[in-house]
Amino acid sequence: MEFKSINQLKSLLDENKISVKEIAQTYIKKIKEKKDLNIFIYFDENIIDDQVKEIEKLPNNKKLKGIPIAVKDLFCTKNMPTTAASKILENFNPTYESFVTQKLINEGSLFVGKTNLDEFAMGSATNTSYFGNTINPLSNHDIPLAPGGSSGGSAAAVAADLCLGSTGTDTGGSIRQPASFCGVVGIKPTYGLCSRWGIAAFASSLDQAGIFSKNVTDASILLEEIAGHDERDSTSSNVAIPNYSKQLNSDLNGKTIGIPKEYTVDGISDEINAVWDDAIKSLEKKGAKIKHISLPHTKYALPTYYIIAPAEASSNLARYDGVKYGFRAEEAKSLDEMYEMTRSEGFGKEVKRRILIGTYVLSAGYYDAYYLKAQKVRKLIANDFIETFKDCELILTPTAPSAAFPLNEKQDDPIKMYLNDVFTVPASLAGIPGISIPYGKNKSGLPLGIQLLGKHFNEQEIFNAAFALEKDYE
Amino acid sequence: MKLDTNTINKIAKLARISLSKEEANDLLKDMNSILDWVEQLNEVNTDSVEPLANISSSTLPQRKDESKDINSSEEILKNSPDKLEGYFAVPKVVE
Repeated sequence: MEFKSINQLKSLLDENKISVKEIAQTYIKKIKEKKDLNIFIYFDENIIDDQVKEIEKLPNNKKLKGIPIAVKDLFCTKNMPTTAASKILENFNPTYESFVTQKLINEGSLFVGKTNLDEFAMGSATNTSYFGNTINPLSNHDIPLAPGGSSGGSAAAVAADLCLGSTGTDTGGSIRQPASFCGVVGIKPTYGLCSRWGIAAFASSLDQAGIFSKNVTDASILLEEIAGHDERDSTSSNVAIPNYSKQLNSDLNGKTIGIPKEYTVDGISDEINAVWDDAIKSLEKKGAKIKHISLPHTKYALPTYYIIAPAEASSNLARYDGVKYGFRAEEAKSLDEMYEMTRSEGFGKEVKRRILIGTYVLSAGYYDAYYLKAQKVRKLIANDFIETFKDCELILTPTAPSAAFPLNEKQDDPIKMYLNDVFTVPASLAGIPGISIPYGKNKSGLPLGIQLLGKHFNEQEIFNAAFALEKDYE
Repeated sequence: MKLDTNTINKIAKLARISLSKEEANDLLKDMNSILDWVEQLNEVNTDSVEPLANISSSTLPQRKDESKDINSSEEILKNSPDKLEGYFAVPKVVE
C-alpha cells in the first residue's frame, strides 16, 4: 500500500477508511522490508505502538494526526535516543524535546524512527556516520549509491516510502543535496524561521531545520507546522508564518526569475545543464520573465563556508567532554587525559578534521586572517543576493553538481567532497530559503534536482514556483 | 605548507583531542590542502566591509531578562557517565 500525500492519508483517516494503528502497521512493515538500506539509527515498534495509543485519543482536527514522519537523529527526542550519528553520543537519552519535533507531536504526527546522517551533520554522503552508510533506495543491485548528506537517512526514508515526510537540517546543503540525490522535495527555510532549540549544534550561524517530502504541497504543510518563534533560541525570528499550503499558487505571470551565470561551472555534466535549461523554458512558458543575473562572489562561497562552519563547530563541539553525557573513555588517569581520550575515541575522522581546522582558524594570531576575513566575504556574498533580489523574485539553479554517486567512490580528497555543496552553500551563507525538487533524470535513470532560491522569509514564493514546476512531471 | 607536525599537535592539545602519529600525518596533509585552498579569499578586497555574523538580526525580538527556576538537576545529571551525590564525577584533579 502506498500513500501519495498527507492530504490523501488524512482524508482516509477522516473517513474512517484507515486507523492510526493500521497506518503504523503499514509503515512498520515497510521499514522492516528495507532494513538493509540502513536508513534508521533508531527504530522500535514498541515506541510506535505507544505513540499510536496517544494519537488515537486526539481529535481529527489535528493537522498531522497519524501522519508518519521520520526524524533526523540530530533532533533531541524524549522517547527515542539521540546520537547525532556519533559514538560520543551513543546512549544519550535527551530529557527534553526539540522545538521542531514538539510542534510535530502537538499536531499528532507519528514518529517512525530516527534517521541516519553524517556524524554531527558533517558530510555530503551519509558516509561519516558511526552507524555505517545509508544506501540510496534508488540504487540498482550491483552498485549501491550514496543518498547524499548530511540528512541522507531522512531523504532516503521519503524516497523508500518509509514515511510521508521527514525532518532534516541544512547547514551548507544538507537538505537540498540529499533531496536531489534521492528524488524527493527538500526545503531549507530562511535562517531563523525554525527554532534550533534541541538540535545538536554544528555551525550555529548557518544551521536551519527543514523538511523532506514526496511533493511540494506536503512540504508546505509540514513547514508551516514546524516554523515559528521560540524564545529559547535567540536567533529565532518573530515573523508571522503564512498558511503556505492554502496559498499555493502556480501562476507565475509577472514573476521575474534570475539565472546566475556563475552557476555554470566547469566540469558539470551536460545532463545537469540540460535539466536546468528545461526548467528555465518551462518557467518562461508558464509566464515568468527570465533574467540573466550575476552573483559575482559565488566562487568564494565554498572557501568561506569551510572557514566559518569548522570554526563554529570547534566551539560547539567543545561540550562533548565525557562529563555531562554520552561516551567517556574509561582508562584515563587525569582530567585532561579523560577529555583527550574521550574526544579522540568518540569523534570520527571528518569531525576531528573540522574541529582542528576550526581551532586553528580561531587561534591567536590567525583569527583575523581566516575567520574575520571569511565573515567579511560572507557579507559580500549576502549582498550579491540582496542586490539581485531588488529586481527578481526568485533564482533558479541546479541543486548539485552530479546525480547520486556510488557509495564506494573514493572520498580521500576532502576538497573534492566539499565541491558537492557548490550550488547550495551560497544561499546558506546568505541565510536565504531554498528548495530542491526532482526535475528530470540522467541517462542512468537517476533523478536530478533543481533549486529555487528566494528572499528572506519568502518561502511562499519558492513553494509557488516549485508547485508550478512540479506539474511538469506529474 | 602552513602547518607542521608541531603545530598540529599544539592545535590538537588546544582542542583536547589526542592524535596518534599516523592520524597527525593524515590530518597534516588534509589540513594543509584545505588551508591552501581557502587562501583564495585573499583575492577579495574586503577593506571597509563589515563582517557578517548574524543574518537575522533585524527580526530578532528581545525578551525580558528574568531567571526561571526549573529545578532540573536530576534531569541534567541523568545522562552523565559518572555522578556522585548530585555532582558530575571526574578523575582526580588535585593530588
